[in-house]
Amino acid sequence: MITLTVNGKPHEVDADLDTPLLYVLRNDLALNGAKFGCGLGQCGACTVLVDGKPVFSCLVPLAALGRREVRTLEGLAADGKPAPVPAAFEAEQAAQCGYCIAGMIMRAQALLERNNRPTEAELRAHMAPNLCRCGTHMRILAAVRRAAVAMGGGVQP
Amino acid sequence: MTRGRWLLAASTLILIAGLAFVAAETWRAPLPAIVPPSAKEFDRALIARGGALADTGNCAGCHTASGGRALAGGRPLPTPFGTIHSTNITPDVETGIGAWSREAFVRAMREGIARDGTHLYPAFPYDHFTNATDRDLEAVYAYLLTRSAVSARAPANSLKWPLGFRPLIAGWNLLYLKKGPLADQPGQSAEWNRGRNLVEGLAHCSDCHSPRNAWGAEKREQAYDGAWIEGWYAPPLNAHSPAVRAWTADEVFAYLRTGLSSQHAAAAGPMAGVTQSLAKADDDDVRAMAVYVASLMAAAPSAHPNRRALDREDIADKEHPEGAMLFAGACAVCHAPGAPMMQQGRPPLSWGTALLVDAPHDTLHVIMEGLRPPAGRPGPAMPAFGDDFSDWQLAEIAAYLRARYTKNPPWPDLVKTVGELRRGGAP
Amino acid sequence: MTAPTRRHVLGGALVVAFSLARGAVAQHDDKGKLPVDLAKSPMLDSWIRIDASGKITVFTGKAELGQGLKTALIQVAADELAVAPESIDLVTADTALTPDEGVTAGSHSMQDSGTAILNAAANVRALLAEAAAWRFAMAADQVEMHDGAAHSLNGQSATYGELAASLDLHVEAKPNMPRRPKSTVIGQSLPRIDIPAKVSGGQAYVQDMRLPRMLHARVARGPSDGTRLKDQDLDVVRKLPGVERVVQEAGFLAILAEKEWHAVKALQHVQAIGWIRPGDSLPTADIREAIRQLPAEDVPIFAYPGPPAPADGTSVTARYSRPCLMHGSIGPSCAVALWENDGVTVWTHSQGVGPLRRSLSGLLKLPADKVRCIHVEGSGCYGHNGADDVAADAALAARAVPGRPVRLQWMREQEHGWEPLGSAMTVELQATLAGDGKVASWRHDVWSNGHNSRPQSGGGLLAGQELGMPKQRMRPIPMPEGGGSRNGNPIYALPNATGVFHFIEQAPVRVSALRGLGAQMNIFAIESFMDELAKAAGSDPVAFRLAHLQDERARDAIQTVVDRFGWAKRPRGTGGGGGNGRGCGFAFARYKNLAAYCAIALEITIDRDSGVIAVERVVASVDSGEAVNPDGIRNQIEGGIVQSLSWTVNEAVGFDTHHRTSFDWSAYPILRFPQAPKTVEVHVIDRPRQPFLGTGEASQGPASAALGNAVADALGVRVRDMPLSPDRLKGALGS
Repeated sequence: MITLTVNGKPHEVDADLDTPLLYVLRNDLALNGAKFGCGLGQCGACTVLVDGKPVFSCLVPLAALGRREVRTLEGLAADGKPAPVPAAFEAEQAAQCGYCIAGMIMRAQALLERNNRPTEAELRAHMAPNLCRCGTHMRILAAVRRAAVAMGGGVQP
Repeated sequence: MTRGRWLLAASTLILIAGLAFVAAETWRAPLPAIVPPSAKEFDRALIARGGALADTGNCAGCHTASGGRALAGGRPLPTPFGTIHSTNITPDVETGIGAWSREAFVRAMREGIARDGTHLYPAFPYDHFTNATDRDLEAVYAYLLTRSAVSARAPANSLKWPLGFRPLIAGWNLLYLKKGPLADQPGQSAEWNRGRNLVEGLAHCSDCHSPRNAWGAEKREQAYDGAWIEGWYAPPLNAHSPAVRAWTADEVFAYLRTGLSSQHAAAAGPMAGVTQSLAKADDDDVRAMAVYVASLMAAAPSAHPNRRALDREDIADKEHPEGAMLFAGACAVCHAPGAPMMQQGRPPLSWGTALLVDAPHDTLHVIMEGLRPPAGRPGPAMPAFGDDFSDWQLAEIAAYLRARYTKNPPWPDLVKTVGELRRGGAP
Repeated sequence: MTAPTRRHVLGGALVVAFSLARGAVAQHDDKGKLPVDLAKSPMLDSWIRIDASGKITVFTGKAELGQGLKTALIQVAADELAVAPESIDLVTADTALTPDEGVTAGSHSMQDSGTAILNAAANVRALLAEAAAWRFAMAADQVEMHDGAAHSLNGQSATYGELAASLDLHVEAKPNMPRRPKSTVIGQSLPRIDIPAKVSGGQAYVQDMRLPRMLHARVARGPSDGTRLKDQDLDVVRKLPGVERVVQEAGFLAILAEKEWHAVKALQHVQAIGWIRPGDSLPTADIREAIRQLPAEDVPIFAYPGPPAPADGTSVTARYSRPCLMHGSIGPSCAVALWENDGVTVWTHSQGVGPLRRSLSGLLKLPADKVRCIHVEGSGCYGHNGADDVAADAALAARAVPGRPVRLQWMREQEHGWEPLGSAMTVELQATLAGDGKVASWRHDVWSNGHNSRPQSGGGLLAGQELGMPKQRMRPIPMPEGGGSRNGNPIYALPNATGVFHFIEQAPVRVSALRGLGAQMNIFAIESFMDELAKAAGSDPVAFRLAHLQDERARDAIQTVVDRFGWAKRPRGTGGGGGNGRGCGFAFARYKNLAAYCAIALEITIDRDSGVIAVERVVASVDSGEAVNPDGIRNQIEGGIVQSLSWTVNEAVGFDTHHRTSFDWSAYPILRFPQAPKTVEVHVIDRPRQPFLGTGEASQGPASAALGNAVADALGVRVRDMPLSPDRLKGALGS
């Protein structure tokens, strides 16, 4: 048994220590946000935040977590209020199949928490590890720009 | 004449001769500025060949700053003597080489003298470029003078005193510059000689792969014995190569062209940039270089019949149980025998040189920073694990890899080295 | 009192009353025929049910693929039924519950299902009105339907729920039922109903399903189609940690475990044995060249009459090509299967639950009524990907553990290695220009493998082949839809024009339908060629097209882009000049010459030294007929453009003699954010009350071609072989 902190709450989980975090989130904790896209650290569909940094949860074994806090899509809303990044994605209708979107939201969240005034080039470079195959890139960028404003900043040209 | 006067006269003459000699060596005439030639004045095939040669020499690697315009200089190059910035070699008249005649260009490449007669620092490896053939230099000139002109001045260098005084370089040249072009070695094939000309010349491989003396010159007697470059270790390319699989000409060629040898590993760090550049160079030239480099390593232990992949999993699991756990969850999915890239014929970790050398830095760099092919191009890729793991965990993984895939003694001070790398320090 | 009697009395009056309203006749009815899918399932309650509480359930045989179909169909039904969209529950493709509408493909969903539902809803509304009129004891024309209720002009009202008891919807639909005079829901950009779950961690995909006592499974195969794993001792595998069961039948091998990670690790162990290619080697030459050496059948595409070209005309020829392309679904295919009561239920993201059910029935040797396939969303499929195969894998794996659901997901490398590819293709075009600068003759030849190997039988599934069932034969898809021939017939008014599809049945690699099928290649070729002809004629590329184009809607689509892009004032292409390249390109097509119209103009810059393209801006127009959800249309067109840019610049599936070398994203790099255009603008041309034309595949071809044309404008050289990669552009420049 191992305890990990996800979205502010401790959870006891019965899983092998080498189990990547992604499988624990989805199967042991029944969280849908992070998804299996490749398991190889190439697509970002599994992106979650660990101590505020975006990581590929498909490549973080449980043993590596220690006391670090994991945050997923489900944990973004605070005090019952909709979180700005998911709300921006919904407002921009930034999804086609939507499979990549949870990962996109988490990666964007990591950026905007650190810097809510990135340049356009910084924004694109930051989002680059996450793939979208439907071609929703323009709306995803628009959603992050909208969220940056909602969080008191704004993407610079 | 008294003995004293004779001595005084002799010393004065020697001094004057010495000064004259020094003056003759240090003062170089400026060459006249020219009107920049237009692209039409050069044969298209010549320009194309020059481009391929510029990729062989990876001019852009030093002469393009991160995020900067191509060949416009400004890239800081750390040396033991301070930081030098690369210059603008676009055909801009004011800030680049637009006013340089071919003669001026060749003089710079062969002797390290700028058009205006000033000495260039040997961080610009003219001690290698001097070996290039006239024909190759003509082609590179045609290529450079037909690029887009960019107006950009490099930032000032910050060198330790008195190295900012350029004429001192004349002394260095006297001691260490062996002017070319390089003569062919009789008894060797044309291909080998071509390869040697490029490797010792435009490709300047020993610039990174040979250790240097206190004056920053390559130690000729230790050529290709391995050296440090920007925090990475460039391994030996001679009989001291620690590789466990043979570096045949075919394998060297594959590595240089694609950044991957199926018998060794993927190119990483500064070498990744080199192979990305060589991917665009002339096929025959790269093959010739491979023939030559393989010949340098003909006496290495790996040149003898192949050994099987080493995997001391049980030992490593016992010595580093935490590392084993982390490897199983983060690394095995790509590096274990049944993993997808292994099904594609990628080499096992025990065949890579990084795990075999005495310094863990290359291994740690790759784990922390990953490998990224140029945007939109296929190539070996690896995610960066620096944020996923703590210093101790990274050290554990490296220790586990060393124990599992080599028979070499454990690396010392791994946690400390991880910390240094995180802080961007060089060894 | 029976409904039919009232219908007979009032039916005629209703029809007369409604048909007096302007523009009222419902869509697509061809001399009193029902729309195709409604004709196949003519009973109204196959499509729409209303219960006593007023809950409305609408059934469609089509599936949500991420194209916004669920929302659009709800809007259609809500509009015609005069209810708020929230009051409708939509049930999608389920062999037990929904009408058989074939496959969700070909951009047919709005045309097929949208039209069927529109008509069915019009029928239902008429019946509701009739029931209300009887209840109110008023004439039909004294009844208005809105907000989910019938209202009489003298103040009576009855909700649909209240009316439902006297309503029998188990009756056949009638054609030509009038639509509501004014739309209140169709034409609105309603937010998609599936997005909230996707941005909040709700359950949205088959990958998210968790059923009680569910086991996780992985299938074991060689790295790519045509390979297989070497034999090994499975007893060792059975003893691996966490392995519940190993299922092996002939060439099929799957591993079941309680924990997904144990299944993954066991799979990796199994794969370590190594693999072989038992059959023929793959060609060493580029696959598009290699297939042209194989026997081909000539299938005519089109022939437009016209006098012979003048002998002194200018002849232009060109050859264009593309490599094999991958669907590359971001989420590897997944299915959940459960055997109970001598039958099996499979939750699948297959585009065709009906054909899948038939194939599984053959594979599992079960009667079809013992197989139920329920569509649950997966990630975008863009055509025939691994969805059907993984459904079969899950069903076979689950057969070993009746009563326990089995969730089987492919690994990334399995999706990359086994999904059917979009065929490599070559097009040769030859035309003659007369003295007046117009086309006087035209010849289009296209070579390709097949574009449809969707399973119709057990042998159409990978598992079926592993069990030794005979493979399906691939045949060309006939026009007007076409496969490799799709959009081979140009929309332009060209005299003396013919086109032939050289169908190459023998496919060295696994191929099937990829979004657009042959349209992307044919449109790239035709639209590049139109530019080449325009240049030879000394004409502006857009003016040249308009000079050969009579279709009014096509002209409107083109003009919209001309205006919005500022085509007349566009920057001049740098051509062969020095410095960085800058250029603009235009392209237009009507998908299949039957469906949506799409025009695209874009502006690029190119770094001549590196050959890297930056797309500065894209402006597109689309005419999909009546726009049910304009934002949904924009979303699909934007996405199609960006996806097509990735195909055109980055993508080519790699092979060596033994297998696919494009095994993951590092080996098959698709477009990432830094490569995305700076801006993309889409203008939707709404055609109220015109037939739905679909949207999903309209932009791929024009985007490819517009880019090719922009490259030619920027560099002064024409590149005709995709991908327009940096290396290829540099090679074309000779630098």
